Amino acid sequence: MQGSINKEKIKKNISKYAWAYFMIAPTMIGLFILNIWPIIQTTYLSFCSSGDFGNYIWMGPANYARMATDITLGQATLNTFLFTILSIPAGVCLSLLTAQLLNSYIGGRAIYRTMYFLPVVSAPAAIAMVWKWLYNRHFGLINYILSFLGIEGPGWTTDPDYALVSIAIVSIWSSIGYNMIILLAGLQNIPKSYYQAADIDGAGRFRKYFSITLPLLSPSLFFVMVISVMGALKQFDLVYMITGFKNPALFRTRTLVFYFYTQAFEIGDKGYASSIVVFLFAIIMLVTWFQFIIQKKWVHYS
Amino acid sequence: MGMIKTKEETINTCIIHLVLLLGAAAMVIPFIWMILTSLKSFHEATKVPLIIFPGVLKFENYSIAMKALPFLNLYFNTIVLIIARIICALVFSSMAGYAFARIDFPLKNIFFSLVLIQMMVPSQIFLIPQYLIVLKLGWLDSVQALIVPGLVSAFGTFLLRQFFKGVPDELEEASILDGCNQWRIYRRIMLPLAQSSLIALGIFTALFAWKELMWPLIVNISMDKLTLASGLACLVGQYKDITDYSVLMAGAFIAVWPMLVIFIIFQKRFVEGIALTGTKA
Repeated sequence: MQGSINKEKIKKNISKYAWAYFMIAPTMIGLFILNIWPIIQTTYLSFCSSGDFGNYIWMGPANYARMATDITLGQATLNTFLFTILSIPAGVCLSLLTAQLLNSYIGGRAIYRTMYFLPVVSAPAAIAMVWKWLYNRHFGLINYILSFLGIEGPGWTTDPDYALVSIAIVSIWSSIGYNMIILLAGLQNIPKSYYQAADIDGAGRFRKYFSITLPLLSPSLFFVMVISVMGALKQFDLVYMITGFKNPALFRTRTLVFYFYTQAFEIGDKGYASSIVVFLFAIIMLVTWFQFIIQKKWVHYS
Repeated sequence: MGMIKTKEETINTCIIHLVLLLGAAAMVIPFIWMILTSLKSFHEATKVPLIIFPGVLKFENYSIAMKALPFLNLYFNTIVLIIARIICALVFSSMAGYAFARIDFPLKNIFFSLVLIQMMVPSQIFLIPQYLIVLKLGWLDSVQALIVPGLVSAFGTFLLRQFFKGVPDELEEASILDGCNQWRIYRRIMLPLAQSSLIALGIFTALFAWKELMWPLIVNISMDKLTLASGLACLVGQYKDITDYSVLMAGAFIAVWPMLVIFIIFQKRFVEGIALTGTKA
């Protein structure tokens, strides 16, 4: 009796396991071939030099030694961080402000939301073309508007001092809609009863904002921060489209991923490119880890 | 209460509208300027001081842009790419997400940690090996090459696992008593419940594929094998340096309008989907 029940159970378990493995199989096989093995392969390639016929020769840490003395790489790292600092704090603050305003009782909220979201559904390639035109030194709309204020606008995308700022502005512009939606969802999840309780206690507007809204919104804010910072550290599209290869400002706008792309697919040095991308991975890991450490100080999970 | 607005409230509402309008103008003006420029002649577009509206609408710019790039191919490739990626993401991710959430099986945690690793690593780390795979398959410069990196979705697996974990056990227990196997539970009970998550994942996948720039540029060279976004890049890139901004803006408009229209029609779904992917993940 006991034995047959056990047998039944084992049979059931085996069928359960079989279904489970069958169901995860496509994802796991794909993940292994397209992602997990490539991580190992890229790490291996970062210790190789690429030969002429697609063969790779083991070089030891030579690529990493080369990175240490590569001025272009140093500048690209600096540009990447600078771009992140230029675009994230301002971008997140503007998104928060927009979400906050859209969370109040006013008419036309749906229309505002639609308009703020338009850049999110537009391909960066098209956005970059439009902005490049707006930024045009002689015929661009921006310098035209500035001329009314008596300001002679710079060559936004060609002047090395302005080019990275110009790209950061486009990046902020195109990400507000996405961040705003996530923050708005966070705001709408805050129970109204908290505010009513605070009203009874006679709390002022600022007090309510800093002791109810911000703490309860902090998980959403943290998510937006982590995602945006990762995105900024991997910036490629806008630099590729707005700066391009022949731009005099390229030295000051070239990001790490752009440099990786040039090394891997324009020059064809896949070994060195791999070591750049491993370096980028290390940076992203460090920054994200740092954010998770800091988050204990300000993110409030209820 | 609430019906009669105090003076202070009215002023507040006005300020809020003013700030939001300023922001909205900043969001929309680039698009309007794109359309206005696309209808100007070269002479009008480069006139100082600027003229806002074109004198005569020059639709010719659109036919010039249409000739500069094989837009029909680009549209077709983009649609194929998006549909293939959506199908793969929805089918494979919902299967794996269900198994990870509702079935206990040996080595589950190890398999799931691989999913998490994929999500944490910057995607550029996969690019060279993925390129080498496409090269080995002999698929360079082909439409199917576009789809390759999106065949499976770690993000989708994670998202749907989160959803399936939240489904109450009672639903499943009843069907186990009825003798349903795991596949039937997944197919008949779980999938219909997951509708809104599946739509969210579909929208997210489509947007991602739509905006992708680097991968198509890496694997495909022929203009007629690119997507809208990457083909557009060639219009200003090293291949065809068109300097007539009216034509460029016409090209940009041809490439943005489909998604704008789709978004405006299904905007509620889009916004809900983005909010869902943001809060669940």
